[in-house]
Amino acid sequence: MRQFFAWLFLVVLMVFLVIGGFKMVHPFGEPPSAMDQYIIDNSQEQAGSNNVVAAVVFDYRGFDTLGEATVLFAAVTGVMFVLRAGGKKEET
Amino acid sequence: MSKIVRTVANQLMLFVLVFGLYVIVHGHVTPGGGFQGGAVIASGVVMLIVAFGSGQIKKSLRERRLSVVESSAALLFILVAFIGIGTVFFYNFLVGSRIFGDIPPTGTNPGNIWTGGVIPLMNVAVGLKVMAGLSAAVLALALFSGGEEIE
Repeated sequence: MRQFFAWLFLVVLMVFLVIGGFKMVHPFGEPPSAMDQYIIDNSQEQAGSNNVVAAVVFDYRGFDTLGEATVLFAAVTGVMFVLRAGGKKEET
Repeated sequence: MSKIVRTVANQLMLFVLVFGLYVIVHGHVTPGGGFQGGAVIASGVVMLIVAFGSGQIKKSLRERRLSVVESSAALLFILVAFIGIGTVFFYNFLVGSRIFGDIPPTGTNPGNIWTGGVIPLMNVAVGLKVMAGLSAAVLALALFSGGEEIE
């Protein structure tokens, strides 16, 4: 019985959250902010790049790309470190 | 793998390299960029590993050297970002200068490779980094699962 009420509570909570979430969704087609229109208008003369995505990734949001590169670097470092340690362990 | 697979992979690798370099170098004009082109070349290396076996690839491609290339590309990326620190970190200081400095006309245009400021340099750096990093990781995993030593 207690489990039933717990499930009921969970379902009601989920329904409320989903309905609330759908009510807060932005209207389809409208830009959520003025930022994207600004980047589309100005990337060619400010960053000199026809590819707006490249301008965003490497110029407007360069820190994000730096983080991505760091993630890749950490992944490769981890792979090399772990596998090298395993290889040495087998030798002894 | 059989001789047919090896021959076809050998011939195909050239086209994979050319396409990957094209995607990297034209990153600021056409869709694509450093990450995508580097992933294309790394998948070509994976094709070679599948066709020839990791033991054969190990003779010509060392993970340690790939690791060095990856770290150097990361340093180049941060260095290019730091040069513009007179204004702000990641400032595009080359726009309007003589190197990659042309400014394309606003709106639709056929595209000009000599534009973009620091974006092509960063594309090349990130492309080298992704190519070397993914190849090194995949090669290390293949050598490890094959039971061979990794140096």
